[in-house]
Amino acid sequence: MTQTASPDPNLSRRDFLKIAWAFLGGVALLETAGVFIAYLQPRLAEGEFGSIITAGLVDDFPANSVTHITNGRFYIVRLGDGGFVSVYHRCTHLGCTVPWDSTAQKFICPCHNSQFDQQGLVENPPAPRPLDLFPVAIENGEVKVDTGTILQRQSYETAQVVYP
Amino acid sequence: MTEPTPQPNPEPSMIDRMRERLVPDAMPSDDRGRMRMVMDSLVLHIHPAKVEASTLKWTYTWGLGGLAGLLMTILGLTGIVLINNYTPAAPQAYLDILELNSNVWFGELIRNLHHWSANLLIVVSVLHLIRVFVTGAYRPPRELNWLIGVAMLLLVIGANFTGYLLPWDQLAYWAITVGTSIISYVPLIGNWLSRLILGGPEVGANTLLNFYSMHISFIPLLIFGLMSYHFWRVRKDGGLTLPKKAESDSQVKPERVTTIPHLIRREFIFAIVWIAIILVFAMLVPAPLEGIANPDISPNPAKAPWYFMGLQELLLHFHPLFGAIILPGLAILAVFLLPFFDINLTSVGVYFRSQRGRSLTLLGIGLALIATPIWVVLDEYVLNWNAWLPTWDMLISNGLIPLAVVLLPLIFLDEWIYKTFRADTEERVLFIATFLFTAFIVLTIIGIFFRGPGMSLYWPWAIPTIH
Repeated sequence: MTQTASPDPNLSRRDFLKIAWAFLGGVALLETAGVFIAYLQPRLAEGEFGSIITAGLVDDFPANSVTHITNGRFYIVRLGDGGFVSVYHRCTHLGCTVPWDSTAQKFICPCHNSQFDQQGLVENPPAPRPLDLFPVAIENGEVKVDTGTILQRQSYETAQVVYP
Repeated sequence: MTEPTPQPNPEPSMIDRMRERLVPDAMPSDDRGRMRMVMDSLVLHIHPAKVEASTLKWTYTWGLGGLAGLLMTILGLTGIVLINNYTPAAPQAYLDILELNSNVWFGELIRNLHHWSANLLIVVSVLHLIRVFVTGAYRPPRELNWLIGVAMLLLVIGANFTGYLLPWDQLAYWAITVGTSIISYVPLIGNWLSRLILGGPEVGANTLLNFYSMHISFIPLLIFGLMSYHFWRVRKDGGLTLPKKAESDSQVKPERVTTIPHLIRREFIFAIVWIAIILVFAMLVPAPLEGIANPDISPNPAKAPWYFMGLQELLLHFHPLFGAIILPGLAILAVFLLPFFDINLTSVGVYFRSQRGRSLTLLGIGLALIATPIWVVLDEYVLNWNAWLPTWDMLISNGLIPLAVVLLPLIFLDEWIYKTFRADTEERVLFIATFLFTAFIVLTIIGIFFRGPGMSLYWPWAIPTIH
C-alpha cells in the first residue's frame, strides 16, 4: 500500500487556519448584526390602533355609505347589497390619508391624485394597488375590525366582503 | 523690619506658568524646538506647512469644502443645545418647539440657525460635489476621497431628513410620510424595512424616537469620523488639484507660501463672513412651523422635503419602483463609479476639461432646460400609457415605457455628441452628467414651485389655496 498524500496539497495548515478564522469572524459579525436588527424590531402593542376595534352596530351603517372611523384609521364601507368592507385610510401610493369625496363618490388622494372607488379599487393611478383592507367580523350585531392585520390585495374578490 | 531682597531668578508664578503653557510668547531658538512647534500645531496637522500659491485663488474651490465644515460645526453646536429643550415624544415634541420659540432665551434664533444651516449644507455639499466633478478632481489618486465625499452627502441628506420630522408639525409629519413610503417599494424586503424604520405601520411615536436617535447619535458620529478622514485624505492625496503645466515651464518651480498665515488668514476671514451671513439670515427669516401633526388629514398638496421634490416629481411620471428605487439607485451608483470610469489625468484641475468641454457643458444645460419642461408637460397632459395599454402590467406601462421614452433620446444625443464634436470619454461623461443633473434641478424646481393641489401643474403665482 502506498501512503496517500494530504487531501489537498495546496492548502497548508496556515491557510486552513486563516480561512477558519475568517469564517468564524464572519459568523460573529452576522450574529452581532442579527442581534441589533432583532433589538430594533418595532414594539407591536400600540394602544388603540393595532388592536380589534368596534366600529359600531350593524344598523349604524346604512347601505351605500362610507364612514370614517378615525381612531382605527379605516373606513367602514357598507355596499349597496348590505356587505361590509373595512378600508385602511392610507393611500397605497405614498401613504397620505385618503379622504372620501361624497360628491364624486370616490376616495381622492390629495397627494398625487390617486382615485379609488367605494370599495377601494384604483380608478386613477399612480396608486399601484387597491386600498388595503382590515379583516371585518360581525359579532352580536357589532362590526369589529382587526387593525393589527393589514390585507394587501391586487384586485377585488367576493371573499373580501363580509355580510351580517 | 527690612523688605526681603528680590531674588535674582524668581520662580515664575503659577499664573505665569499657565500663561506660558497656553500662549508661549518666546519662539523656540533651536531647530528642534521649532520643529516641535510645527508638529504640535493642530492647524499644521490638517494643513501642510506650505501650499502652492496658485491654490489660494478662491475662485478655484470657492471655499465650498471649508464652508461645509463650518456648517457642520454650527450644526453640531446648535444641535447640542437644542437637545436640552426637546422631548422626542408626540405631542410633547411640538409643544417643546412652541416653547422654544416663545419662552426660551434665544431659542428661536438657535432653532433658525440650525434649520437654515442644515438647508444650506445640502446646497453647499452638492455645489462642492459639482466643483470636484467639473475640475476632474476625483481622478486617481483621489478616488477614495470622492467615495467618502459621496457617502457623506448621503449622510447629510439622511441627517436632514431625520431632523425634518422632529418638530412634529403637519409639514414634518406628511413630508416624512411621503418620503418613507418610498421605502416600501424596495423589492422583497420593502414592507419589512419600512416597518423597521417607522417602528410600526405608519409614522407615529416610535418613528419620532427612531429618527431622533438617528439624528443626534448615529449619523453625526459617522459624519464626524468620515469628515476627519476626508480632510486628512485631501492632504494625503497631495493637496488641491492643479492644472498640469505645459512642457516648457515644467522646470520652473511653482511658488509656495507658508500655510500660516497665508491660507489660515483666508480661511478665517471666509468663516467670519459666512457666520455673519447665516446669523443675519437666521435673525430675519424664521424656520417654518405649521399646526401640530394630524394623521387624519393630509394637507393638499403633501410635499416631501424640498431636496426630495425632484424625486417626488419623478414619482408622478414613473411607477414607484422605477421613480423611487431604480432610477435614484442607478444615479447614486453612477456617481460612485465616476472616478473609476473617467480617469484621464491630462485635464485635472481645469474647469470643464477643455474648450470643447465648456461648449458641451453649456449645450447640456441648454438642452436639459428645454427638454425637461416639455417632457413634464407632455407626460402630464398627453402621454397616458396606463390608459392606452390598460391590460399591460403597470411596471411596463408606467415603468419601462416611460423609461424608454426618456433614455432613447439620451442615447441618441450621446451618439450625436460623439460623432459631431469628436468628444472623448471624459467630455461625454461631462455632457451626460451635466444634462442629467440639470434635468434633475429642473424637476426639483417644478416640484417645489409649479405643483399645487392634487399635484397638478400651476403657475407659481396662481396656485389656489385649499382649506
